[in-house]
Amino acid sequence: MSEHAADHHHGPDKGFLRWVYTTNHKDIGTMYLLLALAALLVGGVMAFVIRAELFEPGLQLVDPNFFNQMTTMHGLIMVFGAIMPAFVGLANWLVPMMIGAPDMALPRINNWSFWLLPFAFGMLFSTLFMEGGAPNFGWTFYAPLSTDYAPPSVTFFIFSVHIMGISSIMGAVNVIVTIFNMRAPGMTFMKMPLFVWTWLITAFLLIAVMPVLAGVVTMMLMDIHFGTSFFNAAGGGDPVMFQHVFWFFGHPEVYIMILPAFGVVSHIISTFSRKPLFGYTSMVWATASIAILSFIVWAHHMFTVGLPLVGELFFMYSTMLIAVPTGVKVFNWVTTMFKGSMTFETPMLFAIAFVVLFTIGGLSGLMLAIAPADFQYHDTYFVVAHFHYVLVPGALFSILAAVYFWLPKWCGRMYDEALGKWHFWMSFVAVNITFFPMHFIGLAGMPRRIPDYALQFADFNAIVSVGAFLFGFSQLIFVYNLWKTVILRKGEAATQEVWEDAEGLEWTVPSPAPYHTFAEPPQVK
Amino acid sequence: MNRVGISAVSALLLMTASFSALADWGLNVPKGVTSVSHQVHDLHMTIFYICVVIAVIVFGVMLYSIVYHRKSRGAKASNFHESTTVEIIWTLIPLLILVGMAVPATSTLIDMYDHSDAELDVQITGYQWKWRYTYVNEQVDFFSNLSTTQEQIENQQEKGENYLLEVDNPLVLPVGTKVRFLLTAEDVIHSWWVPDLAVKKDTIPGFINEAWTKIEEPGIYRGQCTELCGAGHGYMPVVVKAVPKEEFDSWITEQSKLQAAAREVRDMSFDELMAQGEAVYKTYCAACHKVDGSGMPPVFPALKDSAIALGDITKHIDIVVNGKKGTAMAAFGGQLSVSDIASVVTYERNAWGNSKGDFATPKQIKAFKDNNK
Repeated sequence: MSEHAADHHHGPDKGFLRWVYTTNHKDIGTMYLLLALAALLVGGVMAFVIRAELFEPGLQLVDPNFFNQMTTMHGLIMVFGAIMPAFVGLANWLVPMMIGAPDMALPRINNWSFWLLPFAFGMLFSTLFMEGGAPNFGWTFYAPLSTDYAPPSVTFFIFSVHIMGISSIMGAVNVIVTIFNMRAPGMTFMKMPLFVWTWLITAFLLIAVMPVLAGVVTMMLMDIHFGTSFFNAAGGGDPVMFQHVFWFFGHPEVYIMILPAFGVVSHIISTFSRKPLFGYTSMVWATASIAILSFIVWAHHMFTVGLPLVGELFFMYSTMLIAVPTGVKVFNWVTTMFKGSMTFETPMLFAIAFVVLFTIGGLSGLMLAIAPADFQYHDTYFVVAHFHYVLVPGALFSILAAVYFWLPKWCGRMYDEALGKWHFWMSFVAVNITFFPMHFIGLAGMPRRIPDYALQFADFNAIVSVGAFLFGFSQLIFVYNLWKTVILRKGEAATQEVWEDAEGLEWTVPSPAPYHTFAEPPQVK
Repeated sequence: MNRVGISAVSALLLMTASFSALADWGLNVPKGVTSVSHQVHDLHMTIFYICVVIAVIVFGVMLYSIVYHRKSRGAKASNFHESTTVEIIWTLIPLLILVGMAVPATSTLIDMYDHSDAELDVQITGYQWKWRYTYVNEQVDFFSNLSTTQEQIENQQEKGENYLLEVDNPLVLPVGTKVRFLLTAEDVIHSWWVPDLAVKKDTIPGFINEAWTKIEEPGIYRGQCTELCGAGHGYMPVVVKAVPKEEFDSWITEQSKLQAAAREVRDMSFDELMAQGEAVYKTYCAACHKVDGSGMPPVFPALKDSAIALGDITKHIDIVVNGKKGTAMAAFGGQLSVSDIASVVTYERNAWGNSKGDFATPKQIKAFKDNNK
């Protein structure tokens, strides 16, 4: 190796500037994950406000306008601040190591993608302190509530979304370019680990829909400040058009938040079942099918806006179709476990809970697809239960599973298994106490996004609130476990393989993974 | 049958039993009182049971593996990892189930979209935050406001049985009659929902949506707005009072006469204005400006000691009639009668320690509105 090349094998810079200037995929991955954790806690506090107010009927703590700000900010922060950055963080850490690449293909863009986000979220968060308050029109920001009737802070919300969108698009481009160009010799597409596959498909979804989101918020900006009437019926515009454009982004967005989870869970279930993943090829095709279908189902979020009958039927059928590839994935995971030799370390527990609870969320999704029945479910707590089942014990559990699974590789120490199990069981019980009763109150007729409710919903709401607080506080166990492992460095040193017979290139480098890995590409057989 | 199988079946039975029990406690989609709502309920239960069966099978296999294929029991891992046959089977079976589900769903949907041959047309208009019902061919038109008191909401009074689900003027409909709803909104999008009728339709400014119902049993059916429409979203319930046809006919005739009388402009005394003004204020204004006029600054300004309420009366009338653009203050000119506007302006200038001493008359309001055109 030449002296010049050796020069570049220095470790990280010291101090704060290391994190500002870094172009290293591992540093950037860590920063994304920490940002996501911070957003999870902030969004969680907002959920606490919501659940405290809903603990019993009547207004106790906040006024309805502030309640709406909390539901809006909770949704925005969890979707754009917690789940999405967490998956980008995982992609940064894992994609180069899984394909045998030294780093992401575009490291400086990678740095910029990350550093845009603290500013975007700083701007979004600052709206809470502005006159008129934060955005209060729901994370779906339907016009004209979000245009003619919005608080002045909506403009800051729009710019914040623009910046997040730029960050996401650059991140997605980076993932695609890395995967296309930097795979180790011998790593053909159909040999790529599923996490890489699911992220590749996710990245295409991001590139396709983030510009649509940018478009829709720009039209809002025009309506608010420049006198246009894109969404104002009185000026010849169309408020329903807003919803079409929003959901054309919004539905693929839902899959952006779940496809990488599918990848994570596939790795973990196979590792702890000590068995190769069942149906790798069909997993890849199922993921691609879900992604493609996600572009033609958007109006199932709009069954009650008065679509024509034929439109209603089309979107009902296409939505029902999604159940097929999703079912294939679930069946494959179950079959992977079948006749395996299973152990139940924390990542596996979270992964199994993912399969069960995500399936419950998927099945309620199937119910929601039936348009006539959806007239009874739409915009009730049944929907709230449905999407929280896919996003909390779905996306979030998969992220937690991934952190426990790869943390020893990242920091070189095993986490505290007993604390991990406490974290799992508390979360598992609490998440069901929180979200399962929501199905019933929704079916019984409680609309979502209301600060107060009729008396027949009181008992279940109290239970839900207790569950939510329990769930929130359980996450502190996770934070403590991370602290103990990463900062205090308690816990035994991790081996290179970490888990028995773990498959994949990331397990062929030492633990902790050196600052630079795969300077020489490995050969994949 | 092995242990796991037995527990799976008993879990299924338990879930089914508990679910029908829950339906009795009002924790399921109601069967409702129209043929459409019955169909929807049946669809809901069918798809629910399909989901339960799928869940039991999938979770059953999982549970079996978790119990028997664990390393601690000495299970050795097999190495099978592919079977095109199996993949095809579990692609096709769900597909067939879905087709089976799509057929009844389609026919119900077609039924729901058949708006023809309606015997009565009612226009429903969503406002922040109340409903307006217009019997299109009958000259009857009124607002339906939440009647739960602010004191109940703020926990200063015991909550009534129909807390947040009660209104001053319910929508009265005849039973056994096909009623067509024409739905629209004045400001933002709302959604009109009555679970017992299985009717939920968004009301959208600039659009007119259609829906219909044919109620089979007399009774009172309650629902709520289901599209986030601002701060008062939780406070705009829907109450439908279904009555026999004859009762409806006499009600509508009476209402038509009363409303014609109310449209006449007459003189009112200061006390009359204050009394009516207090009622109007509590219904239309208090949600934002509060019962005591203190408002919720900065979004909803206080009226007590405010420059508007103590200033020039014409400006005061103007803001009530025309609203304030760019804020949540709606234009009440089209919603309230001239006597209502005169009384509420008078009330606001002379209540809660405001003592301007002047008052507006219905004639003054009519003149203002005429000039305004």
